[in-house]
Amino acid sequence: MANVTFENIWKVYGDDTAAVRELSLDIADGEFVVLVGPSGCGKTTALRMVAGLEEITAGELRIGDRVVNDVPAKDRDIAMVFQSYALYPHLTVFENIAFGLRLQKVDKAEVERRVADAARVLGLEQYLSRKPRALSGGQRQRVAMGRAIVRRPQVFLMDEPLSNLDAKLRVQTRAEISRLQADLGVTTLYVTHDQVEAMTMGDRVAVMRAGVLQQVAPPQELYDRPANLFVAGFIGSPAMNLFAGTVEDTDDGLVADLGGVRLPIPGEALARRPALRGHAGREVVVGIRPEDLEDPAHALDPDGPRLRGRVVLREALGSEIVAHLATDLRPVDIDPEARGVDPREAETAAAGAVGRDEAPLVARISPRSAVREGETTELALDVTALHFFDPESGLGIFDAAPAIGASA
Amino acid sequence: MTTTEVPTLATVPPEARARAHPGVGSRIARTLTRAPIAIILAIVGVAWLIPTIGLLLTSLLVPQEIQRTGWWNAITEPGLLSLDNYREVLDNGAITSSLWTTVWISVGGTLLPILVGAMAAYAFAFLDFPFRDWLFIVVVGLLVVPIQMALIPIFSLYNDLGIFDTVLGLILFHTAFGLPFAIFLLRNFFVGIPRELLEAARIDGASEARIFVRVILPLGLPAIASLAIFQFLWTWNDLLIALTLGRETQPITVAIFSQLRQFGGNIEIIAPAAFISLVIPLAVFFAFQRYFVQGLLAGSVK
Repeated sequence: MANVTFENIWKVYGDDTAAVRELSLDIADGEFVVLVGPSGCGKTTALRMVAGLEEITAGELRIGDRVVNDVPAKDRDIAMVFQSYALYPHLTVFENIAFGLRLQKVDKAEVERRVADAARVLGLEQYLSRKPRALSGGQRQRVAMGRAIVRRPQVFLMDEPLSNLDAKLRVQTRAEISRLQADLGVTTLYVTHDQVEAMTMGDRVAVMRAGVLQQVAPPQELYDRPANLFVAGFIGSPAMNLFAGTVEDTDDGLVADLGGVRLPIPGEALARRPALRGHAGREVVVGIRPEDLEDPAHALDPDGPRLRGRVVLREALGSEIVAHLATDLRPVDIDPEARGVDPREAETAAAGAVGRDEAPLVARISPRSAVREGETTELALDVTALHFFDPESGLGIFDAAPAIGASA
Repeated sequence: MTTTEVPTLATVPPEARARAHPGVGSRIARTLTRAPIAIILAIVGVAWLIPTIGLLLTSLLVPQEIQRTGWWNAITEPGLLSLDNYREVLDNGAITSSLWTTVWISVGGTLLPILVGAMAAYAFAFLDFPFRDWLFIVVVGLLVVPIQMALIPIFSLYNDLGIFDTVLGLILFHTAFGLPFAIFLLRNFFVGIPRELLEAARIDGASEARIFVRVILPLGLPAIASLAIFQFLWTWNDLLIALTLGRETQPITVAIFSQLRQFGGNIEIIAPAAFISLVIPLAVFFAFQRYFVQGLLAGSVK
């Protein structure tokens, strides 16, 4: 087992298309790191560079203490699970799993023992003599896992291994992979575009956008302290609501003015964001997570500050209601892509129902809430959970300028 | 619907169920519409086979009978048939040795271009090297070079090399002229093999040679089998090249050719020899036919 280090890694195609820009990332021995980002953000390219399937344009990549920039894939002692599984269709499950061991000239009895072990762990024992075509998608996925674990490599690389499974199987397999990785303690780099996988599986999550690493942090920190607008919007579903506002220093302390609505900034929020004081009198972007809003009838603090809006869409999910409101707050003028929202998602029916002078607001509220479409309603807001960003740089306002990937 | 009761079929009216089930009448109607096609195909098939059947029956008649009647009389008088001609031919040293010569030329002239062609196709399909696509276009362009154009230059080249009139020389000629098509066919098949399979094998620790032998060759089997049949038939039936580049080295085609006499004399040697030389490629075809499997790649990706 080994740590993996990216040091100022670049991947440039042709003369001017950069898929990965100056990526620096340290993966500790035994750590599970998830690379997440929208499609085309360079996460798969980064993974393939570790695998040795993609040349490194510039920078240094180390596995353990060894610089592997020019080491061919077959000599890197890594294992990879492909999105498509890439099973050898002409070989049985046993031969698929044993393929790498046979190439390593592992003793025959040892091969059988290790394949049997892997098959037992993955529940593939009765399928060992079958060909891949006779397996279901979930079983194929497990064969691909078996092929990886049986080799006992220094590093596991996984390229969206769950994206071809149906939703229910995905949840189950997600847990299995997490458990397996914890048991084996093998350093793992996992690529996904699914933030739920990223949040549930990773010891740390690295968010990428357009080839640039945005933030590396444990899942909860990523959610609580997004380094910039992109991470704020990308992590969390539905995405964080963003409004233009100003911070004002009043006799009662700092206040966030959202265009008519004045929200007091409590001391505990300020303690987490001391730099906010320096923004007094200036424009900021205020972020409100949908889950920090609630129907006042069901809120913990019904007397707290409220936001008012007209309900344009009410989605009842059973466990919760997602309410889309049109408010007279000031919308932010930021490209959806730059705030971590899929542009296609930005064009929803609910968005269409929001007037030109209105700002959309999405809230996740109690399923017992009585809000109805077309009504104007008020929602209670947890002001301690407000997020603040600098509109110029898009960076979150914390203590000093937060260094990307500072926390480990 | 709040019920958990499983609905039974009885709720569907019987006449609706009957409609969903095609009766005997519709099956007969379907057979009748297909019948004319089947009959026409049968007639064409039989007509196509008549020369072959004629050859077979002629080869089984003793010479006097061939002179006396037509082969079709053997159909009504099976007593006329005998294996004497075959015994004669198989005792004839010139014929049997030329048969072996053909086997060597055909086996070598099939295996060598497939091996070299598969390796070249692997490179053209999966490896990155300068001018790869241009080289491939040149290879495909070589398909149009006529063999006749090369006969004289190769003849003098072989004389200089000392491989004129050898089995090796004939194998090399067939290899050279079989390669463009072999590379073209195999490369186009190989590019359909998902790249992830090669990448997975590389990560599993396989060298390029291993990937070629353990992954690409087994998966390329359908294409290799069809190529083998083409190439085998081509080399087995060749007369022109063997006549030009050989003298003592005579494959069966040349041997039969040299047995030709005026007025169909020697028919008792030519007919069985020709039939033997026809049956062997047929056997090869049926042997390789089972490798034309569809869906060999199923289950690898997705």
